[in-house]
Amino acid sequence: MQLKFLQFRSSGAAPKVLEIVDRYDVECVPPSFRSNKLEYIKDSSIPKNCSRYLQVNKHMKAPIYIYYQLDNYYQNHRRYVKSRSDKQLLYGLKYNYTGSCSPEDANNGLPIVPCGLIAWSLFNDTYSFFHGADALKVNRKNIAWESDRNHKFGKHVYPFNFQNGSLIGGALLDPAIPLSDQEDLIVWMRTAALPSFHKLYGRIEEDLHADEILEVKILNNYNTYSFGGRKKLVLSTSSWLGGHNNFIGIAYISIGSSFIFIALVFMLLHVKNPRPYGDTTNISWTWTGISS
Amino acid sequence: MGISMLKEAVEDWHRFLKDRNVNSRKVKVHVGNGLFLQKSWESLCVGDVVKVSKNEYFPGDLLLLSSSYEDGVCYVETMNLDGETNLKAKRSLEATLCLDDDEEFSRFKAKIRCEDPNPSLYTFVGNLEFINESYPLSPTQILLRDSKLRNTEYIYGVVIFSGRDAKAVQNSTRAPSKRSKVERKMDHVIYVLFAMMVLISSISATGSALYTESEKEKRWYLRLRENIDDLFDPSDLVLSGLLQFIRSLILYGYLIPISLYVSIEIVKVLQAMLINKDLGMYDEITGKTVEARTSNLNEELGQVEMILSDKTGTLTCNQMEFRKCSIEGISYGGEVNEVDFVASERMNIDVERHRFSLDGSDSTGRSIEMFDLSTADASIEKEILHCNHGLDDPKAQNSRISVTGKESIIKGFNFRDDRLMDKMWIYRSNITDMVTFFRVMALCHTGIPVENNQSDRMMYEAESPEEVAFLIAAQEFGFKFCERTQSTMILQELDPSSGLVVKREYKLLNLLEFNSSRKRMSVIVQNEDGDIFLFCKGADDVIFERLADNGRTYQQATTLHLSNYAEDGLRTMVFAYKRVGLSEYEDWNSIFTKAKATISSEREELLENASEMIEKDFLLLGAVAVEDKLQKGVPECIDKLAQAGLKIWLLTGDKKETAINIGYACSLLRLDMKQLHLKLSTKAESNQVKDVKEEILLQIESYNQMIIQEDKKDSPFALVVDGQALQISLGSNLKHLFFSLAMNCDVVICCRVSPKQKALITRLAKQHSGKTILAIGDGANDVGMIQEADIGVGISGMEGMQAVMASDFSLPQFRFLERLLIVHGHWCYRRISKMILYFVYKNIAFGLTLFYYDIYTGFSGQDLYDDWYMVMFNVLLTSLPVISLGVLEQDVSSDVCLQFPALYQQGQKNICFSWKRIVGWILNGILASLAIFTLNIYILSSAAFDQDGNVADIEHIGTITYTSIIWTVNCQIVLMISHFTWISHVLIWGSILCWYIFLYLYGLFPPVYSGNVFGIFTEAIGPAFIYWILTLLVLVVALFPYFIHITIQRSFYPMDDHVIQEIKRHRRDITDSPSWLKEQEKSKKMTQIGFSARVDAKIVNLKEQLHQKRKSVYSSLTNSPIYKSMMREETSPQ
Repeated sequence: MQLKFLQFRSSGAAPKVLEIVDRYDVECVPPSFRSNKLEYIKDSSIPKNCSRYLQVNKHMKAPIYIYYQLDNYYQNHRRYVKSRSDKQLLYGLKYNYTGSCSPEDANNGLPIVPCGLIAWSLFNDTYSFFHGADALKVNRKNIAWESDRNHKFGKHVYPFNFQNGSLIGGALLDPAIPLSDQEDLIVWMRTAALPSFHKLYGRIEEDLHADEILEVKILNNYNTYSFGGRKKLVLSTSSWLGGHNNFIGIAYISIGSSFIFIALVFMLLHVKNPRPYGDTTNISWTWTGISS
Repeated sequence: MGISMLKEAVEDWHRFLKDRNVNSRKVKVHVGNGLFLQKSWESLCVGDVVKVSKNEYFPGDLLLLSSSYEDGVCYVETMNLDGETNLKAKRSLEATLCLDDDEEFSRFKAKIRCEDPNPSLYTFVGNLEFINESYPLSPTQILLRDSKLRNTEYIYGVVIFSGRDAKAVQNSTRAPSKRSKVERKMDHVIYVLFAMMVLISSISATGSALYTESEKEKRWYLRLRENIDDLFDPSDLVLSGLLQFIRSLILYGYLIPISLYVSIEIVKVLQAMLINKDLGMYDEITGKTVEARTSNLNEELGQVEMILSDKTGTLTCNQMEFRKCSIEGISYGGEVNEVDFVASERMNIDVERHRFSLDGSDSTGRSIEMFDLSTADASIEKEILHCNHGLDDPKAQNSRISVTGKESIIKGFNFRDDRLMDKMWIYRSNITDMVTFFRVMALCHTGIPVENNQSDRMMYEAESPEEVAFLIAAQEFGFKFCERTQSTMILQELDPSSGLVVKREYKLLNLLEFNSSRKRMSVIVQNEDGDIFLFCKGADDVIFERLADNGRTYQQATTLHLSNYAEDGLRTMVFAYKRVGLSEYEDWNSIFTKAKATISSEREELLENASEMIEKDFLLLGAVAVEDKLQKGVPECIDKLAQAGLKIWLLTGDKKETAINIGYACSLLRLDMKQLHLKLSTKAESNQVKDVKEEILLQIESYNQMIIQEDKKDSPFALVVDGQALQISLGSNLKHLFFSLAMNCDVVICCRVSPKQKALITRLAKQHSGKTILAIGDGANDVGMIQEADIGVGISGMEGMQAVMASDFSLPQFRFLERLLIVHGHWCYRRISKMILYFVYKNIAFGLTLFYYDIYTGFSGQDLYDDWYMVMFNVLLTSLPVISLGVLEQDVSSDVCLQFPALYQQGQKNICFSWKRIVGWILNGILASLAIFTLNIYILSSAAFDQDGNVADIEHIGTITYTSIIWTVNCQIVLMISHFTWISHVLIWGSILCWYIFLYLYGLFPPVYSGNVFGIFTEAIGPAFIYWILTLLVLVVALFPYFIHITIQRSFYPMDDHVIQEIKRHRRDITDSPSWLKEQEKSKKMTQIGFSARVDAKIVNLKEQLHQKRKSVYSSLTNSPIYKSMMREETSPQ
């Protein structure tokens, strides 16, 4: 068991926002499979359990958001983005036209609910947090937009014929739970804009104290190894500006100061080389104009 | 495109209606059995006999059969064809004279053989076979279409050429479709953008193919190997690459501002509406306004560099006014012209200033000045003196100045001189010659009196409007011509001895007609006492060489006056007379009658010789000057246009003398200009074409040499070309030389130009100089020129509609051209240029963000924005402020435009739409797109964007980025607009508000339609604080490059309009102060034409003379020992 140094960064712009990031995709592969991670991830007989220890450097106030971060994962690829059926998600089997979901639209002559590549490739790593021996309570409710739950995913639509084909993509869905309650799916279906993205996993609703060590038990199921994608676990608090975000503060400060600098330059230039308003020596016709 | 077509269709429809109006004009046509019925013009056929009544246009080219006059003469006005105002006499064949009644035509049968339709107006070959005999036909029997019957009750004629065979129509050229320079350049900009689009599309397509190929195995979640989508088919990369390419073209279509075409059409129509509704260009007299007939060329108005102008009806109003006369060597009717007046006034201001700058001894200085002026004897010095007096009592002096602008009460008579008016001349000392002078005026003409019901004054009709002016003047002086019979003329004369009006009858013995080679006209009359007089009027050179030795008493003074009149642009005529003894007359009359009776070809020569015999040994009486009245405001307008840097060429069908007169009147010509005349020597006319060419070549080359040698600034050149010389000059091998000569001259006057030549000059000048050319004219003879020019302007004030119908803009008066070009042209040019540049910017700023995003999606062609956002971008969210920019933007207000005509040169130099600018805006667009994209992506991608830990997906990032774009492009336009109205504010801020409203409403739609946009504004991004501060940040950064650019430009390298804006804004109080005026003065372009230039030249001239005079006075003074010491003391401060 290894204790990894935990990455900890403190934000300048939003000092209250604290973040713990842990990349686990490499570490969670047993050393014997390090050279062939693909074999490891494809072999379902190998247990995917993995434990990570996170050190809390500063006091983190609840709620603490748990994200998984995928890098080099093109959720925004056009083929992928298109591969869904919003109507099916809302109306279920009543809605038949699911051509956009191909090749994951039907299996064995039966339609798949939810269809499409996005749902099929649902992220299936799981995390459980332990505080010593005590399990830390993670709230996994209300991680999706309320409007999604209420208006886009049917309350009476249940997964059907899902992941029944020869190719199993990502997570399985409990056919007894309606789509509107499958919040992991709802979050996943909100395709990210960039190849590196966070997705909300849950919330820890109690404070984490400084110097505490959390144990995270990970089921490292999801295959990012075939394309070299990275997986990270992120714990973060938030502020009125959202999550951990240095850039906007830096941008505001640097741009503001550069404006002041430029203003000073212009002021100096103007003092050294003044041009009164309406100064006519600059008019083109006085250069070439009638000197006689 | 549809809107474009619709607009063109509406404009064509209006033209069609006007065409139909012409086609459906009625004419009386013979339908058989002597019956004449009204028929429309379009149904006319060759061979129809028509009856045309007075003041009607001929419906086609007609052969004149007979007229209301017994001798088959009729008078036609050809103003529409050649711009000449003189009536022309046409004469029918003797053989057809009998056909003078409707009835006659029931039996009429004849055969005409003639040439094929051709555009030559002055030739005609054909013959008439009538009653078994063949008669040759000449141009004298041909009445051309577009000319008008005058002074004749009716004529009968046969249609020879109708419709498009008519000579006038043959002269017309096909109407080309015109596009402005800016628009043509815009096409090139579009090509650049298109190239850019193809480039990034191919990058996208290649990228996509490579990505598909390299990732087909790895990205299991994309399942690329199951090719359900041709766009990502690893088994056929070429096809999927190609499909990706096509998709990219569609996606990046935003780079090509297709909506620009629509917006430009809308903007141009609105601009045209503003032009049409401008009260500054409303003619109260005719109640007409300027009409932009095509809205395509609004911005071209701001780039005009040359104006080709017709004379008659365009510059002049085809109305003669009696202005001045010189009798017995004394000039009446105002001595000082405006140029002298303004020049001396301005010099006096200088003198004043000079005087203030001196100390106590200046009174002596002034007296010296006065002294030295009073010793001057030349007339010019007299005027300076008189203006020095004028300083003390300017009003008294002003009455002696005849002002052109003043409307005369009596039409055709604008003469004010107390010494002659109101019968005052009878109190003058030597009046015998004066009486004779008035008699010449009243008797030597071809006019006929017309009853005027309203007053006791007579109205007259004559061959030329000059004669009418003379008759009216004579009437005013008390010599009323009231009746003409076959052989007598009756005058009501004021008898100077008694002061009573007496009726005198003069027997008209002979009339020696005016023609262009004789340049004179004489009448021989016998008064009641039996004395025979020959009264003659004619051109000065012709008359002067025929004066008797004792008849030259006033020659010197008259010559001086004549040159003064000519400089004012007045048309002059010299009057002379001689007393003929009875026996002398009878001898001569027998010769003359014999000559007249001759029918052979020698007739003309014999008549000429006979006239020569009697027209000699004249006694000079004096001269008269009539003004070919310019339209209101023409000289001022030309002055302004010249200051704006425009070159003005005068193209007229009229004769050279008239053209030169008008040149002077408009201040296009002045005395110290070198006039280069390009003409054929009379000998050469008969010679071979080759010799003629040689001669012209020689002339052109020598003139070119001359221009090179002379320092051009001191002596401006004017080129005067006549029709024949022009014909040769425009030939293929001479035209380059000719145009390089013409371009070097400050003014070019072409006379005797046919309509086709006008069009040809226009085309060649356009090709040769590459300049934007505006042609302005009013008659059918200008149609070719109007169509050929980049911009054709028709004068709508007169009756003829052809020019207006062919034109792109129609003006009621020439003077509105000033406002049209300098204000509206300037504005429209800047508006359209700015608008196009902004469009380019806007679409690049938007379109490129799509491309950047594409790179982040593995080139898969995924778009960042919702489809509806993209549709709304050009349709609603950014289009309206552009329209306000294109319609309402002005750099300076209209009065400042007029005060600083030099601002117009920005358009000529194409400053606002230069490649430098275009590239600058493209770069600005690229910078803005980079700023918008990178900031949004970097700030939003990394973590949660709200307090609830939510992460942004495509839809959120797209919406937030799109918000930044909307703000940026709409605020960019705020930085570009310098003239805000409430409309622009409403449109700009409204557009931004519109986006939020749209977003809100879109989010209200059920998710089936709105997808991930559902509730996005209310639920996700609206409450997120980062959304708002990010928008602000991006806005500031994206506008920063442009802001820096304008700051640097405005503070260190200001443009003309910037400086003037500053003057206007920060020193509003100085508007009337001398420095503002001085600035205005300076802003005038160095030009050689126009009133101001003439005044400047005059001042230089006067100063020189004054200087020399003073020198000589001083030297004489200082030489005298008495003054020597005194002067030394007193003039030393100077």
